[in-house]
Amino acid sequence: MSVFKHLAVKPWERKGIIGGLKPEGAFDSPAERVALSFFLVIASVVFSLFTVSYFIRMELPDWQPLSEPAQLWFNTGLLVLSSVFFQWARSASNSEQPKNLITAFIGGGVFAILFIAGQLMTWESLQAGGYYLTSNPANAFYYLMTGLHAVHLLGGLWVWSKSSLRLLSGAEAKEVRLSIELCTVYWHFLLVVWLVLFAVLANT
Amino acid sequence: MAYVPLADQDKEMEMHHPHNWVEEYVFSQDHKVIAIQYGSIAVFTGIVGLTLSVLFRLQLGFPESVDFIDPNFYYQAVTMHGMIMVVYFLTALFLGGFGNYMIPLMCGARDMVFPFMNMLSVWTFLISVIILMASFFVGGGPTGAGWTLYPPQTAMEGTPGHDMGIVLMLISLAVFIIATTMGGLNYAVTVLQYRCRGLTMMRLPLTVWGIFVATVLALFAFPALLVAAIMMLFDTLLGTSFFMPAVIEAGQPLDHNGGSPLLFQHLFWFFGHPEVYIVALPAFGLVSDVLSTHARKNIFGYRMMVWAIVAIGGLSFIVWAHHMYVSGMHPYFGFFFATTTLIIAVPTAMKVYNWVLTLWEGDIRLNAPMYFAIGFIFTFIHGGLTGLFLGNVVIDLPLSDTYFVIAHFHMVMGVSPILVLFAAIYHWYPLMSGRMFNEKIAKLHFWLTFLGAYAIYLPMHYLGFLGVPRRYYVLGETDFIPMSAQDLNAAITIAAIFVAVAQLLFFWNIIWSLKHGKKAEKNPWGSASLEWQTPDLPPKHGNWGEDLPTVYRWAYDYSVPGAHEDFIPQNTPESVEPTVDTEHFDPDHDQSKADI
Ligand code: HEM
Ligand SMILES: [Cu+2]
Repeated sequence: MSVFKHLAVKPWERKGIIGGLKPEGAFDSPAERVALSFFLVIASVVFSLFTVSYFIRMELPDWQPLSEPAQLWFNTGLLVLSSVFFQWARSASNSEQPKNLITAFIGGGVFAILFIAGQLMTWESLQAGGYYLTSNPANAFYYLMTGLHAVHLLGGLWVWSKSSLRLLSGAEAKEVRLSIELCTVYWHFLLVVWLVLFAVLANT
Repeated sequence: MAYVPLADQDKEMEMHHPHNWVEEYVFSQDHKVIAIQYGSIAVFTGIVGLTLSVLFRLQLGFPESVDFIDPNFYYQAVTMHGMIMVVYFLTALFLGGFGNYMIPLMCGARDMVFPFMNMLSVWTFLISVIILMASFFVGGGPTGAGWTLYPPQTAMEGTPGHDMGIVLMLISLAVFIIATTMGGLNYAVTVLQYRCRGLTMMRLPLTVWGIFVATVLALFAFPALLVAAIMMLFDTLLGTSFFMPAVIEAGQPLDHNGGSPLLFQHLFWFFGHPEVYIVALPAFGLVSDVLSTHARKNIFGYRMMVWAIVAIGGLSFIVWAHHMYVSGMHPYFGFFFATTTLIIAVPTAMKVYNWVLTLWEGDIRLNAPMYFAIGFIFTFIHGGLTGLFLGNVVIDLPLSDTYFVIAHFHMVMGVSPILVLFAAIYHWYPLMSGRMFNEKIAKLHFWLTFLGAYAIYLPMHYLGFLGVPRRYYVLGETDFIPMSAQDLNAAITIAAIFVAVAQLLFFWNIIWSLKHGKKAEKNPWGSASLEWQTPDLPPKHGNWGEDLPTVYRWAYDYSVPGAHEDFIPQNTPESVEPTVDTEHFDPDHDQSKADI
């Protein structure tokens, strides 16, 4: 984007209508998509700050690394599947005669729910193994970061459930196309966040 | 008018139309009503904050003269005063109040992009205020750890409100952040996507620029506070040790171990420094428009003003550790942050020059809004200069945690933005209410507030030099502070009570004028920007009647040579008001002067 060109304009010299119906500097996309991009940056800030805090806290002597449950690999697979299904739904919604749209979209959400359930199971197995929240900062970070990630997914699932209901009650593909697209973007984002978190947790 | 496009470029969308009284004034989705709701809640918290300050000033000026002010109450009052004023009053009033009111009007839109989310935002804000105020009524009272909430202090037995108070504070902050995020997404996306035809970014009034960049700062800085609040809640409620180190309290070790209080400070100030500009940038924008309108001149160096706002916004994320010079940081670290801190003063100073140059040879109308705006230039220069002192590590070390810091940030963040708020409220009062305020009372209000503020804060600089520490319940006896410092403290308290009472003039003025003020004519100040060009005064729901405006020029065509009047509204086409061709226009036949 030519931000610098815009900023160099001398507004007192240019008169008349500039930019037609869309004034210069507006994004060529629906407001919801712009809002989502802002939100993705905000969420990235939140996760980055937790990660930075994690690395800072790790340096202190009482830190005992946690060996992550192997189940996380399985959960990661579920989340990848979830993203794949959303991507499938998205390309289906773009075609004239969408096929399997409902299956793909609902399937994506179901895998996300399974992922969250899987995450809860890791919590239980950690509890059972005596790795409590308070016993070590590494454990606390584990619960906190996986929990926060799950909360973000739940927020996405809320939008997903509304769109699913509309699809099931017979809405046409083009009515929910934007919503499907934004869900897909959000899911891919959360997958990337999860992969980073997983890498950080598993390697320390 | 059931189906109107909310903005030209957008799909047709149904505008929410109120069906009854409740939907019109309570659960309204009209940005103007939401703005007033946001503003009123914020002003209410501001009054609470002001009252608290009078109480703790009584203790400082006349120690132990009021029965119920014991050390605990003193700390709680100071803490709540700070947090309320910075977050719940100033941030909410500038972004939620003025942002909501001004953005759609100045952008030529009918409303915000997401009106329903906008409504959710104000109600969420109300909930956060209720949670905050609830902490006054729980056992142990509100937290008294200082507005910076440093651990481990927050959780120690000796700190008032260490159990319920701090928990409510953190929850309230988290809820507030959710409210600001919902609002902020609205403000930012509206500015980007809902401008009317012809309104380019570089034609926006500086008010919108200031609020826009401040919103972006808020969206990206508040997460740091959220992260800190979440981890501190875990420490307090669940017994983790993110921030809590091993502490021995009254001979007993606490359950915590090994946490890092410094980590909290970094997170807090990573939010905290941008936060001061979240308050300052909207004030910069609003005051620029007030100055330009009443000086009947275009704002001097418009582009430079925009660049400065953007530059300050960016730089404000890399100066946070200047609040932590005394935390024992590595000298190179301090050096880095001192350098960035001094660099941020450059765009800030440029703005000050441009305000002064806007006044230069202007056709200045010295009315009440202008009084406040000019007063702001004084107090802001004053506070900015002391910031430069504190930005240097060696000067800061002795001055940190003294009254010099209190004086600095009250001049720069207390008095200055509040003067702008008054300027803006008086300036836009005719637009919001359709009435004029009482000019004489407003000027009296200015002098009492302006001189009173100096009477309060000027002596504090001196107290700081003497070494009087901040956050002390009583001074006690020391070798270095003369007894006369106490007399100064008493004088400050008297001035503070005086200024607080003087605000009644303001409240009386705006309430009385609602009914009895002179009816305002359209565009009473002869302003060029879009918000005054609505078909109705005050603007109705949907703002623009049948057709959205089209913009042909920037917001600062004042005193244009050859024009019919001394201002040309932004929506006046060139054919109606031919403008001078700046490339070739030249009153003095001196080609070298034509371009600035
Ligand atoms: C000219 C640029 C500025 C510089 C160089 C500067 C520098 C500083 C420094 C170094 C401190 C830390 C003092 C200490 O604790 O020892 C400080 C504190 C503070 N400044 Fe500024 N400042 C500037 C402008 C501003 C502005 C524009 C605002 C707000 C609108 C502001 C608000 C504050 C606040 C609220 C604090 C105190 C926070 C606390 O400790 O409770 N400053 N400033
Ligand atoms: Cu700062």
